[in-house]
Amino acid sequence: MTADQILFFIFGGISLIGAIAVISFRHPIYSALSLIVTFFSQAGLFVLLGAHFVAAVQVIVYAGAIMVLFLFVIMLLNLGTLSAKGVMTGKLKGIAIVLGILFAAQGIYIAANVFKDTEVGSPEAIERAAALADNPIETYDIGVLLFRDYLLPFEVTSLILLAALIGVIVLVKRENRVEN
Amino acid sequence: MEINLLEQIVIPIIKILFIAHLLIIGVMAMIWSERRVSGWMQDRLGPNRVGPQGLLQPIADGIKFLFKEDLIPNHVDKPLYVLAPAMLLVPAMITIAVVPFGSSITIPGLENPILLQIADINIGILFILAITSLGVYGVVIGAWASNNKYSLLGGLRSSAQMISYELTLGLAIIGVLMLSSSLSLRTIAVEQGAYPWKWNFLIHFPAFLAFTTAMFAETNRLPFDLAEAEQELVAGYHTEYSSMKFAIFFMAEYMNMIVGSAVVVTLFLGGWHFFGLENVGGEGSILAGLISFAIFFIKTGIFLFVFIWVRWTLPRFRYDQLMNFGWKFLLPVTLTSIVVTGTLWVVVKENKQLWIGIGNVVAAFIVVAIVAGMLAMDNNSKSAVQSTPAAAPLRGLDAVE
Amino acid sequence: MLIDYLPIVFLGVFAVLFAAVNLSLTHLLGPKKPTRVKLSVYESGVQPVGDARQRFSIRFDLIAMLFIIFDIEVVFLYPWAVVFKTFAENEGSGLFILIEMLVFIGILLLGYIYAWRKGGLTWD
Repeated sequence: MTADQILFFIFGGISLIGAIAVISFRHPIYSALSLIVTFFSQAGLFVLLGAHFVAAVQVIVYAGAIMVLFLFVIMLLNLGTLSAKGVMTGKLKGIAIVLGILFAAQGIYIAANVFKDTEVGSPEAIERAAALADNPIETYDIGVLLFRDYLLPFEVTSLILLAALIGVIVLVKRENRVEN
Repeated sequence: MEINLLEQIVIPIIKILFIAHLLIIGVMAMIWSERRVSGWMQDRLGPNRVGPQGLLQPIADGIKFLFKEDLIPNHVDKPLYVLAPAMLLVPAMITIAVVPFGSSITIPGLENPILLQIADINIGILFILAITSLGVYGVVIGAWASNNKYSLLGGLRSSAQMISYELTLGLAIIGVLMLSSSLSLRTIAVEQGAYPWKWNFLIHFPAFLAFTTAMFAETNRLPFDLAEAEQELVAGYHTEYSSMKFAIFFMAEYMNMIVGSAVVVTLFLGGWHFFGLENVGGEGSILAGLISFAIFFIKTGIFLFVFIWVRWTLPRFRYDQLMNFGWKFLLPVTLTSIVVTGTLWVVVKENKQLWIGIGNVVAAFIVVAIVAGMLAMDNNSKSAVQSTPAAAPLRGLDAVE
Repeated sequence: MLIDYLPIVFLGVFAVLFAAVNLSLTHLLGPKKPTRVKLSVYESGVQPVGDARQRFSIRFDLIAMLFIIFDIEVVFLYPWAVVFKTFAENEGSGLFILIEMLVFIGILLLGYIYAWRKGGLTWD
């Protein structure tokens, strides 16, 4: 095994453990912290693929911004430790199982189609991954792609952000009116 | 991938041990000079008993902290309570890795020159922003785990303040990045060159001020130390901490200050350059390397002095003033700076840097005037509405806010 | 290159060890004389009233949400800043990339002004 592969299994393992911890901790704060661990090791995986910019953005946006909001929401609602039972009752449990199966099927379908032509773990695939790590994608290349080839999606992003911004203000300010 | 044992393992480890220890000694020096300089500014002596000029005081403090009772109160969330100081310290320490603290030294026999920098990665500045953004968890988790009203309020205030000013931090550097076309801190420092009138703080003066201000807020220093405003919140998020755990919070804060100063020096104040002095003895020689390190060290030191100076010059902000200042002044100013820099770079054909420098300052003045006018209008209309104060019932934590 | 990140990992290990050693040393060296008062909540010597973990103001949440939105905007600006000078050197494309970003910032500026007028940025 090369160093790349060992690192892949380390980061992949950590992110899996983190993800499992998210759903197994009884206290939401611990779950949120596990999710940060997962995001962080995913950033490590991005670095392994030579996507350094994406790795940094992953940490800045997900670990640094979105998870802060999660923690704030958990603290705002003052959620205590969940009791051992009572969360997953009857109907909810059924829905969860159905959704879980659907989601798993979707994942398998996507994986099977994307990796149809390459055998996972084949020498070529490993070679290709190693080549990515050795020739990282420069931020410059991302910029050229984003601002020349994918101009429209980029501008539309600003509209999505605008909608989100207005949504936030409308929701929060309505709460205030009700309070007063 | 071939690994050159000497160049890729041994030398980096030497550099890491050197810089990490320098950082820890720097924290001690800062604690000492903070107290001595404060004493000097208030016309008193400050600690002067332990060692010559009281220089050994921080070591005495450290030993005292080590031998204090490691108290874990009953009402805290134990694992997180213990983990929180480390969650603040580790990010503070890691950020120094990408800051270049000098030029490079060429040693015959080695393949590559030794860069005076722990890791020259091509996304350097993003790495710093990413790791700094993780520092907020140490504060939030420490506050929440303490389960104390002072801690919780201090932690909330502190984290809201940190994320607000993080935006300014991110926006203020865009102008610098535009002209250097690189995210690597070494490239940014090299691009600025040897002469002060070509350094970024003149070209992007409003952004420089905004960045520095945001850094004061990020490190919870006066005038932005609302999180630990003693009169209101005792010690803020570390009220329930004692012994070395408290000391680690303290150390992390000072480390953030040192790293922040080093980043400002690199981004805006020319890094290790000073009138070509850094090339005395020939580029790449050991002498030049040492001089460049000394220049960087002195610049950072001067900037750290400013931290203490400001502390005894400006009074503390009120929390609404702090938030308004971040969201309504710094954000528009830095955004305008980006627009002005871009426009002038495209439109002006000659002396681009000069015109951008002038344009930035003028635009910043205009923006500040507009915002101040709008705030004045807001205040007028508000005081008209609030002439009959409604006795709003105060509930829970809202009352303290 | 991947090898460039190795020193950062070393430094991370050093930092974690430094924190761990300090935390455990103080635990081992310090005296252990807990009393009931020492272990209780610190409220300036007054008997603590109620639980500290109450619901707090929604404004903190608002700040966090606004932060995410503007943070994403800033993230888009980084690659733009890196390519800007190269685009500007070619005749014509300089204006192109400038206007591109002006539109992006302009649209978000609308949101910013909206948030301001609605009092979303005011901490009252």
